[in-house]
Amino acid sequence: MSKRKVKETHMPVGECISQVQMILRERFCHRRLPEKPVGMESQHKHLLELLRRTAVHGESNSVLIVGPRGSGKTMLLNCVLRELLEVKDVNKNVLPVHLNGLLQTDDRIALKEITRQLNLENVVGDKVFGSFAENLAFLLEALKKGDRSSSRPVLFILDEFDLFAHHKNQTLLYNLLDVSQSAQAPIAVIGLTCRLDVLELLEKRVKSRFSHRQIHLLSSLSFIQYLDNVRSQLSLPQDFPDTKFYDEWNESIKTLCEDQPVVDVLQRHYNSSKDFRSLHLLLMLALSRVSASKPAIKPTDLLEASRVCMVDSKANILHGLSILELCLIIAMKHLNDIYEGEPFNFQMVHNEFKKFLQRKSHSIHNFDKPVVIKAFEHLQQLELIKSMDSSTAKIQKEYQLMKLMLDHSQIMEALQKYPQCPTDVKQWAMSAFG
Amino acid sequence: MIKNGAVWTEVGFRCLFEGHISLYIWSEIMVRYFTRLRVRRIYKWGGRSYADRKLKSYGFEYLNIGVEGQEAVTTVTPGQYILIEGNDDDNPFVAKLLKLFGDESHKQKKALVQWFLRLSEVPQNKKLLLGRSPHPQEIFYYLGRACDDEINVESILGTVHVQHVPEDTPFPEPGTKDTLYVKMSWDTKAFNVLDPVLMQDTPASTPPKPALPLFPPCASPAATPVSRGPVRRALPTPDPTVMRRAGSVSDTRATMSTGKMGTLEAESIHSASKLSASKILSTRRRGSAADTPGVRKKLQLSNGASPGKRMTREDVLCELLDEEVESEKVMSLKLSSSVSHSLQHGCSLSPMRSGRKTPNGQGGFPRKLTSISLDRLSPTALGEQDFSSDLLLAVTPLALEDEVFEAGLPTDSGSAMTPKKRQATPRRNYVRGQKATTPSRRKESAMTMREPALGVLAEEDSEDSPMQPIAMTPRSKRKSAQLVSSRIRKQLNLLDNNEELSSDGDDCFVPSKKDLQSSSDEESEEEQTESEEETVVRKARGRNCKTPSRTPCKTPSKKATPSTPRTPRNATPSIPSRTVPARQPGNILEEARARLHVSSVPESLPCREQEFQDIYNFVESKVMDGTGGCMYISGVPGTGKTATVHEVIRCLQHASDMDEIPMFRFIEINGMKMTDPHQAYVQILQKLTGQKATADHAAALLEKRFSNPAPKKETTVLLVDELDLLWTRKQNVMYNLFDWPTRHHARLVVLTIANTMDLPERIMINRVASRLGLTRMSFQPYSFKQLQQIITSRLNKVKAFEEDAMQLVSRKVAALSGDARRCLDICRRATEICEHSASHPSTAGLVRMSHVMEALDEMFSSSYITAIRCASLQEQLFLRAVIAEFRRLGLEEATFQQVFVQHQALCRVEGLQPISVSEGLAVCQRLGACRLLLLEASRLDVLQRVRLNVSQDDVLYALKADRD
Repeated sequence: MSKRKVKETHMPVGECISQVQMILRERFCHRRLPEKPVGMESQHKHLLELLRRTAVHGESNSVLIVGPRGSGKTMLLNCVLRELLEVKDVNKNVLPVHLNGLLQTDDRIALKEITRQLNLENVVGDKVFGSFAENLAFLLEALKKGDRSSSRPVLFILDEFDLFAHHKNQTLLYNLLDVSQSAQAPIAVIGLTCRLDVLELLEKRVKSRFSHRQIHLLSSLSFIQYLDNVRSQLSLPQDFPDTKFYDEWNESIKTLCEDQPVVDVLQRHYNSSKDFRSLHLLLMLALSRVSASKPAIKPTDLLEASRVCMVDSKANILHGLSILELCLIIAMKHLNDIYEGEPFNFQMVHNEFKKFLQRKSHSIHNFDKPVVIKAFEHLQQLELIKSMDSSTAKIQKEYQLMKLMLDHSQIMEALQKYPQCPTDVKQWAMSAFG
Repeated sequence: MIKNGAVWTEVGFRCLFEGHISLYIWSEIMVRYFTRLRVRRIYKWGGRSYADRKLKSYGFEYLNIGVEGQEAVTTVTPGQYILIEGNDDDNPFVAKLLKLFGDESHKQKKALVQWFLRLSEVPQNKKLLLGRSPHPQEIFYYLGRACDDEINVESILGTVHVQHVPEDTPFPEPGTKDTLYVKMSWDTKAFNVLDPVLMQDTPASTPPKPALPLFPPCASPAATPVSRGPVRRALPTPDPTVMRRAGSVSDTRATMSTGKMGTLEAESIHSASKLSASKILSTRRRGSAADTPGVRKKLQLSNGASPGKRMTREDVLCELLDEEVESEKVMSLKLSSSVSHSLQHGCSLSPMRSGRKTPNGQGGFPRKLTSISLDRLSPTALGEQDFSSDLLLAVTPLALEDEVFEAGLPTDSGSAMTPKKRQATPRRNYVRGQKATTPSRRKESAMTMREPALGVLAEEDSEDSPMQPIAMTPRSKRKSAQLVSSRIRKQLNLLDNNEELSSDGDDCFVPSKKDLQSSSDEESEEEQTESEEETVVRKARGRNCKTPSRTPCKTPSKKATPSTPRTPRNATPSIPSRTVPARQPGNILEEARARLHVSSVPESLPCREQEFQDIYNFVESKVMDGTGGCMYISGVPGTGKTATVHEVIRCLQHASDMDEIPMFRFIEINGMKMTDPHQAYVQILQKLTGQKATADHAAALLEKRFSNPAPKKETTVLLVDELDLLWTRKQNVMYNLFDWPTRHHARLVVLTIANTMDLPERIMINRVASRLGLTRMSFQPYSFKQLQQIITSRLNKVKAFEEDAMQLVSRKVAALSGDARRCLDICRRATEICEHSASHPSTAGLVRMSHVMEALDEMFSSSYITAIRCASLQEQLFLRAVIAEFRRLGLEEATFQQVFVQHQALCRVEGLQPISVSEGLAVCQRLGACRLLLLEASRLDVLQRVRLNVSQDDVLYALKADRD
């Protein structure tokens, strides 16, 4: 051990950095499950117990894991499954079936997927799967033939559970839950969803068959814990080959997390959302700035990353507009002020623009109407303005009613940052009435 | 005579081919004959007699019953409880003697009694009304007025002790074997709590009830069958022939009887199964539905002059259950009996011949049997009959042999056997003529049987493995019957203690006790660990070629399976079986959890007795009449609709196995388990005939099937679950389903289940609703008491819940939905919480209130408030901004843009850095994904409208509490 230590202390910095990036990226992209789910011990225990009973005792169950996006539902389930499958008895005795509401958009596809994952296809040999009806009867028959003590438990994992509730008649859900409530093959139905009202989506007979177990993953993480988590997420694991670099890196991370601007940035992120997915995005951006010449994450990196994360998407578009287009936007803003958000058409905007040219403009020349129309269309293509009426064909372009998709604050901010913006345009934008 | 015999043999063979049933027809006849060795009793009036001039009768103070050849005399006085001879030897009728009287001519001795009923005498379909498991020695005070309460004293067997148990006290330990307990009364409709006043001992001083004798005093002394109104159970009062015959044997038995109870018991050594509730039910039914010719035939049969011929096929089937017991006896006998007994066996075999002869003379019995066997013979069986008759012939005598040994049993034990007595009746004389031939034939057959027996034995071994679902299915149908019989066996076991053969008897009762617990078929039960001693016994049993008596019942079923076409196309794959068997529940909580799982099918459904009764009667009447009909059952989910119907079908199938009602087929479809309403045709056709067809073709085939008379005159019971899913625009599926039963001879009974009560009015067009008819039933949600009862009955003495905890669950669920599934789920969750709260699983105690509260909270509390509290700060601010904007607008809807303005303002108030529009939208989307907010499509961007999905108060409450 010590020998290796001595030898590997001299690992080049570049290699260390690539190692670090690999380890941390794996972490941030959810490629590897954490050792133990953080902050959800009771839920973990509940789910593990439940699935173990299905696997060991052959008890049928159904459960819903509910939590907002990014709260770790899938992570929790995968942790539990990993732990469950480590048990020797269980390993060969359960058949997990993974379904996703976004992939299996109707029951027909879902049934095919189930039979595929259960390897039931092979039993039939050369039989080409027939109709949907046959498929359903086939699966139900298979499940019905099993019994509690002798058949292998099947774990049905339904990701995006709420989308399954939109299938016709909820046939799949009814049948799965019905099996789970009758003396047939033991199954566990595990639904993952972010909708709190998911039970209201179920038909009452489906609902009655559901066991009403819900595991809520609602993180009540405090900011201190959040900071701790950031630190542990960025820290290198014990078994990092280069001990010297390991110490340096972890020390730098520690100081980073105590830096006030960094804490402010993290606090802002924490205020916005507590989930780890957005945090991982931030840390990933910061991590990508680490290089051989700069072998640590500096506070500026994190601040820059945060700026990138927080930036307003529309403001960027506004920076790329021409002066004419910007003037039109300002005209629209004034129209919005005057008419209190009522829709407008091109003619109105054009009139407003002409008024500006006549009265206040010094730097901007008059544009021909077709040029202005072109600019207006460009704005529409950028979806900065949006047509209000659906039937675009009937009305002439100039008279179509439009709405501005920008907030005033966005326009003003964009003007501040717009490179070489003429002052009269700025003043026009600031003035109360056009 | 010979011709008759030949017919009989043929019948026997045919039946035999059918399998086990017929075997037992044979055996049953013999058993009946031999065990009915009656003890002759002498009845004498005692005490002062007082005359009742008005009624021309004389009353007496007591009655002396003596047994011929014995000193002991039993005295029966009014006020005592007596046993009255019925057609069940093991469970004689129980009554309380009220008055003894005779007519002027002193020819008839009569008694006035108050009847008591055993549970087995209550019609099977009403047993559920009891709502609890009966005590094995429980009897019921009979309040029905339909029974004649006047009996012939000659049918009195002896006295019995009856103890009244107050309603709320439990039954005492069944220590004394001959004590019966009475707790409830039965008035042919319901069980009621018994008024203790009725049970107070009314000594002889009670004023005699002025009841006119049913028969004029001058009626012939022979056979006054005292009938019990609706029961119509012919109480076989000893007619002279029987008495004479009984007397002839009585000497042989006298030594055996150690007392009056002993006499009784001696008669009922092994015939536990003869008393099966279903039999009584059947006799009742026969009485009530005596109009149909087939039934009348049975009636004649059962009222036949000799008790030995009373048996019917139902009994035979019951007998099947008892094979265990009998085979044990056979074994023991074989061990004990020497060659010298063979003559006796020959003798004892012979009465069967006479048994054959007599019913033939009456005409009813054999013909009936033939028809049965023909009905039940499958076409293939008919084809093969000739070829296989040799084999059958070989099997038959073996069964005879079994019974021979058994029949010989009492004779062996009886020491003073006098062959002379046997010749007393003319029939016996006839028998003696045949005697010479019989033993030799028996030996021959025994020889032929040795080899097949071995083969069968091997086969049985292979079938012992539980992996043979085919062999198991026919048995599981008889589960209830097994239960009944095993319960009785247990009871009998208690009674048999001072029996001479008690040790032997005990041996064979051991497995049957297990039967009670497992209620599974015998094979699997035998698989279970038995004591070393037991295994030895089993081996010995095998050597004694007992096996054939069992195997025939399985061989046909095994043969039957390949006959169904099994092309690989239809092969349904199953879920692969597990390598390690599922673990059984380890502690009380796990046990409770297993029992509380919705899937564990209870033996009977509590709290749905009335509904059960209604559906049962409906289906039964349709099946009996061979007509069709529809019934609509509605009720909210989880109220036991489907379970009740299944229970009804189970009971009916059992009844039909017992041949009490005609055969019928049960088909079940579920609207939710098909992809399209028209698939209903496909599924029905497939389940009816095994054919596969497209929906249109199937509809045409079914149309044809139900337009023509049903094949085999078999009624089809069709259960349509989730009826509303079968709705189509033209409603032709529903129309057909309800139209078929109205066809002449279609014999289709359709039971439909749906959730909504007014489904026919709401979605059905007139011509469909009209065909559905008005037979409707609605299942009410369970009340809290019912839910409590459901939990209690499921737990079945597993003490896992505190009483209060159970009550809390049931009250809560009853208040919300009355859904039994929900109730059970909560209970299960509570056991889990209880288990987790304990430091070690084994130390976990009862489920308490706190555990139940936690489970209820988990399942019922809305998660919105917690979700709001756990939301991030910006999300909370956004919710506040939404409410602020709603208040400003006075509307419950605003665009994101408007809300965002409020949000920015709030941020400034809170001293936070205002967020950008993109961030704001992200926050809004997150809330929308949780459904705290309802949003328009996100492509509308800042213009999308926002609504709250929670009440404003809830939001404010959650946020306010958060601040504190």
